[in-house]
Amino acid sequence: MAYRRPLLRTAYEQDAAILPTWFQRVAFFLLVFTFGLAALGAPFLSGIPSFFLGNTWINPITNMLPLGIAALGFMILVGVTGQVSIGHAFFMGVGAYVAVSLGGTGDGGWKACVPFHDEVGLLETAGQCGMGLPMWIWLPAAGIGATLMGILVSPAAVKVRGLYLAIATIGLIFIGLHLGRMLPEYAGDFESGRKWPKLQFKFWQEETPLVDMTSDGKWFGLIHLTEEQKQFFFLFTLLLIFGVITKNIVRSRTGRALQAIRDRDIAAEVMGVPEFKYKLIGFAISSFYAGIGGALFASYNGRVAPIQWSLFLSVDFIAILLIGGAGTIAGTMLGLIFVELTPEVVKKFTEWLGDQVGGGGLVGWFADVLLTQGPGDFGPISLTPAAPGWPMSVFLWNFVIFGVLIVVFMIFEPQGLYGIWVRIRNYWKGWPFSY
Amino acid sequence: MTTLLDVQDITLRFGGVTAINSVGFDVQEGELFSIIGPNGAGKTSIFNTISQVYRPQEGDIKWKGESIMGQRPDKVAELGIARTFQNIELFPQMTVIDNLLLGRHIRMKSSWLAGAMWFGAAKKEEMANRRRVEDIVDFLEIESWRKSPVALLPYGIQKRVELGRALAMEPELLLLDEPVAGMNQEETEDMARFILDIRHELGIAMIMVEHDMGLVMDIADRVMVLDFGQRIAIGTPDVVQKDPAVIAAYLGSEFA
Repeated sequence: MAYRRPLLRTAYEQDAAILPTWFQRVAFFLLVFTFGLAALGAPFLSGIPSFFLGNTWINPITNMLPLGIAALGFMILVGVTGQVSIGHAFFMGVGAYVAVSLGGTGDGGWKACVPFHDEVGLLETAGQCGMGLPMWIWLPAAGIGATLMGILVSPAAVKVRGLYLAIATIGLIFIGLHLGRMLPEYAGDFESGRKWPKLQFKFWQEETPLVDMTSDGKWFGLIHLTEEQKQFFFLFTLLLIFGVITKNIVRSRTGRALQAIRDRDIAAEVMGVPEFKYKLIGFAISSFYAGIGGALFASYNGRVAPIQWSLFLSVDFIAILLIGGAGTIAGTMLGLIFVELTPEVVKKFTEWLGDQVGGGGLVGWFADVLLTQGPGDFGPISLTPAAPGWPMSVFLWNFVIFGVLIVVFMIFEPQGLYGIWVRIRNYWKGWPFSY
Repeated sequence: MTTLLDVQDITLRFGGVTAINSVGFDVQEGELFSIIGPNGAGKTSIFNTISQVYRPQEGDIKWKGESIMGQRPDKVAELGIARTFQNIELFPQMTVIDNLLLGRHIRMKSSWLAGAMWFGAAKKEEMANRRRVEDIVDFLEIESWRKSPVALLPYGIQKRVELGRALAMEPELLLLDEPVAGMNQEETEDMARFILDIRHELGIAMIMVEHDMGLVMDIADRVMVLDFGQRIAIGTPDVVQKDPAVIAAYLGSEFA
């Protein structure tokens, strides 16, 4: 094969490609295949230590995917348009509630929405409240509903900048939570919420769905998958689609206009980019992503409750962006994996350590030191779930580790995980020279 | 020659300060018009009124005979008035190519929805404009910096990229705010050559605000002198140089 200069471009299309370099293409497909095979439970992956891969992993990973769609929207608003908004969870909630009222199973439409207390005393809205419409209606509607809300809010948001916008959008979260408390017959119980329709495709309200994601079985008559695997592949495909759309927006005329607004808004206006219009577009696109993400998130979890759409969720997105590296899709995905899976890794790791206690050897000794075995043992980690005080439970340790990591990232690598990757890349590009 | 821009006795006040006091001038097609004056004379304020970032309280600004007063800055840009800034106002996190392509924004049509789909019209338009931008890269000799984020570029190159971004807008009038400020002799000569090339090859009319008197007197067709927001002289460079009011403003009244 003829020798080719690396990164030699012969057409403008190559410059604007989604994955412009050979390395990026290989890395991307490896990543997709690894996730896919891990979800299928490929036999050759089972050699990896048991706390790393296994059936228990598919739930946290699938749970991460709808949040990924919302995180991409957050990236467009904060990373690309430069409008720091903390109201993202509110828009997710709007999407989720639009979806539940359209897609909620039931025959009576709005009238069946009568709250009652179930056998454990939770406020329940009969699970019958909704129009029972299929997914191809409620999913886009969730996005559009959130978009309309975003457009409604953006004229006010365009007037304020920077930190002031961040504070102003916190208000949205509280409005959302307040509405959740005020309208229990619609929102369900504040903490436990209302039931969610199943993730399944139907043409209309027929009995047997076209594609069912709530039971094990053959998919498209080709491959036998469990319920979890079906949901994983469905949501993973959606995330990929939204990733491509995000990249398209960023690399086109609109994306450049948004970046120009982020960098210097007045200069952008003098260059012919109407500030108001593009801030509004930024809000609208990001709310659309949030609505879709919120609807899918609630749908996957099987519950939609007002408390889910709180400040903590918005702060999660900020952490994803800061840790991953603001303004890039790859960074957002890295941040998403890091923020959403670190708690799981810690949990699984301590569970695994728990099994090693008394096993002898270095690992056994290590586990014995870290874990507390009862009164008189001074290990810092307690395996009792709800143990207050010292030794702390894994749940509390997660918060500590998370907080420490954010501080460390802010000090040592403000560009996030993506910045670390850029450094490694530049090192090897110039090797053996420093620059 | 037809009149491109006609500024009719504009007055701009900020509270009690009168930044521009009843200043009028006109720019002809293909002309290189220069505005000079001591610091704080109101030169940049005139640029800001032309691009409608500031709204003058009195007077009128006509573009090809039609008033542009009250238009939004982006609408003024669409008419064909581009500008560069005194303190570089590039988009620092975007690459040189992206900055130039942003200049093409008003000449492109794809909506955000077409952009999100990419394939088809949006891609075609993108590639056509990318080709157009390459001409500007070639013209300004900034090939080796194409993919660098502009924040990392040296000052002189940033000034050149900013000029390129304005050219990418395909303007009929270019407002240059101190194009050679802070440049050494060689960079100044480079920039002067680019300005003359723009004039001769592209035929774009220009208004240049500049403190480098040598440059202004060498290349400008007409010069307007401002002092404390007032027009004290207007005319060809050699006429303006001998004007007693100009000498008084720059050197003090005992030299006039």
